[in-house]
Amino acid sequence: MNIPIEYFLILSAFMFIVGVAGVLTRRNAIIVFMSIELMLNSANLTLVSFSSYMGNSIGQLFVFFVMTVAAAEAAVGLAIIIAMFRNKLTLNIDEVNIFKW
Amino acid sequence: MSLELILFIVFGGIAAVSAVLTITRSNPIISALFLILNFAGLAGLYLLLNAQFIAVVQVIVYAGAIMVLFLFVIMLLKPEKEKLFSTHPQLKIFALIIAALVFVQIAYMIFLSHPDTANANVAASVKAGTVEQIGRELYTNYVLPFEAAGYLLLAATIGALVLAKKKFE
Repeated sequence: MNIPIEYFLILSAFMFIVGVAGVLTRRNAIIVFMSIELMLNSANLTLVSFSSYMGNSIGQLFVFFVMTVAAAEAAVGLAIIIAMFRNKLTLNIDEVNIFKW
Repeated sequence: MSLELILFIVFGGIAAVSAVLTITRSNPIISALFLILNFAGLAGLYLLLNAQFIAVVQVIVYAGAIMVLFLFVIMLLKPEKEKLFSTHPQLKIFALIIAALVFVQIAYMIFLSHPDTANANVAASVKAGTVEQIGRELYTNYVLPFEAAGYLLLAATIGALVLAKKKFE
């Protein structure tokens, strides 16, 4: 516990912001998806660091559940991407805009 | 400079640099490989935080299962390469500025709140990260969320099957 917890929190914030920038700037649906995974992981890092510095395992349990949700999300999201590619023959989310008003 | 700090810089540097490389590569396969490197760095950081179980699960579930699924879909669909800032460059620069502002805000909040870790107990931290402790919590106090997570995975499996099927009858 020699490292201040701020270091972990700043690293986590940086990774979250990189994920946000990825979602906002990239147009490839799969890379947008990977940026979302990046954001989920930065939240996990925050949970684990707080849990470890508190000496309480509840935060790590939450990370376990977040990973479950991430796995479910990846499976459904990639299925949606495959269905989208089959209909539109593109992964560019600018061209998939039938729900856009 | 303690060993802990050196390890933090190594693993944190890997995680941060590979995160940036993930979103700046034009080839999605290289992006996915850098994301796996990022997850490996994160697993090292979890070990540094005495979270052994989460570190192992990170490698097996994230770097193993989820990223293999991603790579599989990327290679299945063979997406075209995308040049950064090729469409709507002003909008994207605006998005980057917004992201930087949010980072400054979060960093300000972290240093303003000044979390007190003076009474952080290494023995309690090590005990909290063991498989035994997490398993005991999971099967006693959190058994209902655990079952719900199982149903969520079942629903996701069925949903993925239905969505990726050729067509609805």
